[in-house]
Amino acid sequence: MRTILYLIQKEFIQIARDKFMGRAILLMPLIQMIILVYAATFEIKEVQMLIVDRDGSETSIELIRKFSASRFFRIDVLPLSQSEIDESIKRSKYDVAMVIPSGFEEKFQNLQTGEVQLLIDAVNGMAAELSLAYCRAIVADYNKELVVEMMGPNIPSASSIQVSTNFWYNPLLDYKIYMAPGILVILITAIGWFMAGMNLVREKETGTIEQINVSPIQKYQFIAGKMIPFLIIGLADLVFGLILAKVLYHVPFEGSLITLFVFATVYLIAVLGIGLFISTVSNTQQQVLFISFFFVMVFVLMSGLFTSPDNMPRWGQVINWFNPLAYFIKVIRMVLLKGSSLTDIKAEIFQMLLYGLLVNALAIWRYRKVS
Amino acid sequence: MNRFIAFVIKEFRHLLRDPRTMIVLFAIPVIQLLLFGYVISTEIKNARIAILDLSKDSMTKEIANKLRATGYFTIEKYLNNTHDIETEFQKGSIKEVIIFLPDFERQLIRDGVAPLQIIADASDPNMASLLDAYSRSVIYDFIEERNHAKGVGVIKTEFRMVYNEQLRSAYLFVPGTMALILMLISALMTSISITREKESGTMEVLLVSPLRPIQIILGKLTPYLALSVANMIAILLIGYFVFKVPINGSLILLAFTCILFILLALSLGVMISTIAKTQQVAMIISLIALMLPTVLLSGFIFPIENMPKALQVLSIFMPPRWFLLALKSVMLKGLGLGYIYKYLLVMILMLSAFIIISVRNFKIRLE
Repeated sequence: MRTILYLIQKEFIQIARDKFMGRAILLMPLIQMIILVYAATFEIKEVQMLIVDRDGSETSIELIRKFSASRFFRIDVLPLSQSEIDESIKRSKYDVAMVIPSGFEEKFQNLQTGEVQLLIDAVNGMAAELSLAYCRAIVADYNKELVVEMMGPNIPSASSIQVSTNFWYNPLLDYKIYMAPGILVILITAIGWFMAGMNLVREKETGTIEQINVSPIQKYQFIAGKMIPFLIIGLADLVFGLILAKVLYHVPFEGSLITLFVFATVYLIAVLGIGLFISTVSNTQQQVLFISFFFVMVFVLMSGLFTSPDNMPRWGQVINWFNPLAYFIKVIRMVLLKGSSLTDIKAEIFQMLLYGLLVNALAIWRYRKVS
Repeated sequence: MNRFIAFVIKEFRHLLRDPRTMIVLFAIPVIQLLLFGYVISTEIKNARIAILDLSKDSMTKEIANKLRATGYFTIEKYLNNTHDIETEFQKGSIKEVIIFLPDFERQLIRDGVAPLQIIADASDPNMASLLDAYSRSVIYDFIEERNHAKGVGVIKTEFRMVYNEQLRSAYLFVPGTMALILMLISALMTSISITREKESGTMEVLLVSPLRPIQIILGKLTPYLALSVANMIAILLIGYFVFKVPINGSLILLAFTCILFILLALSLGVMISTIAKTQQVAMIISLIALMLPTVLLSGFIFPIENMPKALQVLSIFMPPRWFLLALKSVMLKGLGLGYIYKYLLVMILMLSAFIIISVRNFKIRLE
């Protein structure tokens, strides 16, 4: 035990001496929490929309008014020709163009279908899909109104359903309180994984590992001595990040923070174990960097930070069993936003525990005291 | 010149001798493309929802069937009371609940209007609003069909998605992956390989050799330039043949755009190496200054227009932003030089700036 404590002390002295690293540990979370959280949003705020009204009727003007009232669209109503419309989409001046053809109202009043044409720049498929969904929702709402207005609710042939939606846990659909916890996970993971991984291999590169190899330090003591300092740094960064999340974004802490830290500890042991394992099988910092970068990239993309893992095909979800990030991102959101308790996440804790035991056993086994 | 060629050959050997890094370098683009192509999807498929049906009539059954038939939803559970909603959400087993109040059908027929409630788990706001929009469109479609059958006029939307009829996300991730990979190889690898020479002291050996500093730098860059071009071609081929991303514009213009960006990234790598003293520092600068902006501030994943003003301004200084704009215009929209010359000019300007800074910072002597 004393040996491990000395090793931990040594690591902290080394980290403290390296001014750049010291700053990086503090600055990285700050920069990431500020820039990433703001940048990472799928929320559609301003879709540039062109409306060409060739009908000019009461119905068409009312429809335009409905679009103007929506906060998603910035509307320009211009009398353009078809080729001018195409050109403005080509030049990316507008994302969406809607044409209301002449005779629109007449058709509609004759109890037929009045059609509006939408032209959507779909280079960004998702934004296009969302724009379309919003357009359709506005038209559908208007339809519903028209039915009631024209037919009167007492005419049995026409009917409508009054849909109301409650958004639980985040009624204003604030994207930031969703992203901030996820970004925090990426942050802690990256710091822990890369620092632990690069640290061990640096001892190899500079040759100082030889001194440890000839000392009576046990393999497990060495690994523990490398792990515990970064575990402490990781948890400290979590505290720091949570404070930032609270102060900057007002992320609610619905669940118990103890639950969160219990999971974070188990999680960090697993992640640091992966970093240490990679560095025991590598010889240079560059190798560690690339192998780690590769896995971190895949893990981050699959973690559910940006897109829900539920939309993945089955085999993707199977790969995700080995993705520690996916567990923590799910858990931190459950605990902070929904107030899930230890019992709600007990499966995840056990899976992470098993993961941690396995990778650390591998790291200890792979660490050779003889070169 | 011979000396220079010999040096370039040495650099190539150096790179090729580390097969693990080479494998990773070629595996990253392939895996990333496959991931984006097959695994990560923003499309909603089989989202797990629950139904709380307090009416249990033929109409609520019909709506439930319609929801299921779209393929967006899987009806995971039928709940019996409102208390279960919270428990289910906390377990994370469902994303949305659709509630039919008692006498749904009777109200609809008698009054012509019936209330329906949706409760969405908005801890994932994106998912929640999409699910809400999809559920609403199913419900509205249902009612429109009914009205239309009874001879009530409706407005229909007819739409066309230009440049990407089928809304394939490949149109986004193939160019994006290209930017990321070229940045990774050109900038990150170069900066690390030059700082490694500094750290291990072999830079001194090179500086006292008859090679001129500019030759040393160019020699260092050449292998990564070759690697980047190889990777670029690989990504374009996979994009074209596997993901059917069209190349509508001129190939020469496309190649020019890509090579300009590679040069830009290489010069960035050199610039970082003139600042950083150790590989670790070079790595952290590269990760903070290159990777994050490439992914986040370039418009690759997240549309720039949605960001706060300050970040939009920041993104002006991100080389990948201009590269992606030019690349997408040429590849997907088939636009010519007349449309994209502005983007290319910005990139050339940045390239010149990076080269000037690097030359001024480059030290040929020990400190």
